[in-house]
Amino acid sequence: MILESLNAYLLTAAAMFVCGILCMITKRNAIGVLMGVELVLTAANINLLAFSRYGRLGLDGHVFALFVIVLAAGEAAIALAIALNFYNNFSTIDVDRAEQLKG
Amino acid sequence: MQSLATNFFFTLLVLLTVVPAILVVLTLNIVRAACWLLLSLTGAAGLFFYLGADFVGATQLLIYVGGTLVLVIFGVMLTATGPFVNLASRSSDWALGVVAGAALFGVLTYGLVRGDVERRPITVVDRVPQVTTNPIGLAFLGLTPDPAPTTRRAPPRAPMGGPVDPPHRASSYLLPFEIVSVHLVVVLIGAAYLARAKRRTQEVVG
Repeated sequence: MILESLNAYLLTAAAMFVCGILCMITKRNAIGVLMGVELVLTAANINLLAFSRYGRLGLDGHVFALFVIVLAAGEAAIALAIALNFYNNFSTIDVDRAEQLKG
Repeated sequence: MQSLATNFFFTLLVLLTVVPAILVVLTLNIVRAACWLLLSLTGAAGLFFYLGADFVGATQLLIYVGGTLVLVIFGVMLTATGPFVNLASRSSDWALGVVAGAALFGVLTYGLVRGDVERRPITVVDRVPQVTTNPIGLAFLGLTPDPAPTTRRAPPRAPMGGPVDPPHRASSYLLPFEIVSVHLVVVLIGAAYLARAKRRTQEVVG
């Protein structure tokens, strides 16, 4: 049984953040990398709202979390458009094949 | 003080958030990863509701779970690889990733345990309104109707007993709201431009 406290929220967010980072590192599918980014942003939102509840952030944390959600939606749209373009040009979604700019 | 049911459901929500997040990393099938991500984001929305952020929780459910994840699943469908294309990572990548992740989690946990986050007198603020939609809407319009009592000072008295300060603090999120709105429009136009259908590669292939 986990007691509801600030540290519990922060630990949950830390675990979610690390999962997102691991997802970004280990996935070779571009969509999988995108899912890792979503996990990281949601973990950041949990932190913002936890400090808004337990700290003195007040309504600022809520508004900042809303901005993060909106920007994450835009980021997902752009990243999917880039992934579709990459798939159209290379017929694969493997990010290791994207090495045209490698020097 | 905290009831048993509160902590029980909190534990349930934490598990619903963390365990699917781990499974997103571990599964190799991208469609299953999307399904686990759905569960994890739903659990995060439940945590938002627990934190008294009802509007942000509802937005998380509507935009993330309802919108972004559907977009991701469409991306999975449109970029389907062949059934025998193996996109699994090499074991060296896995080893490096696990080492990096464990180190990062260790640093974060050490910072939480060792740091002075809890030692400072942080009190559970009971002034958080139960319904945050109205204050958030007013804050987006440039009004903050409920300044924090911790920062509320005695109203500055005008020298000659003139008018005191207005009840609304008009220094809020109108400009960031406008900027993020324009940003969203630009992003959507750019995404539509980038993802528009092209026939050139089809002709080359066919």
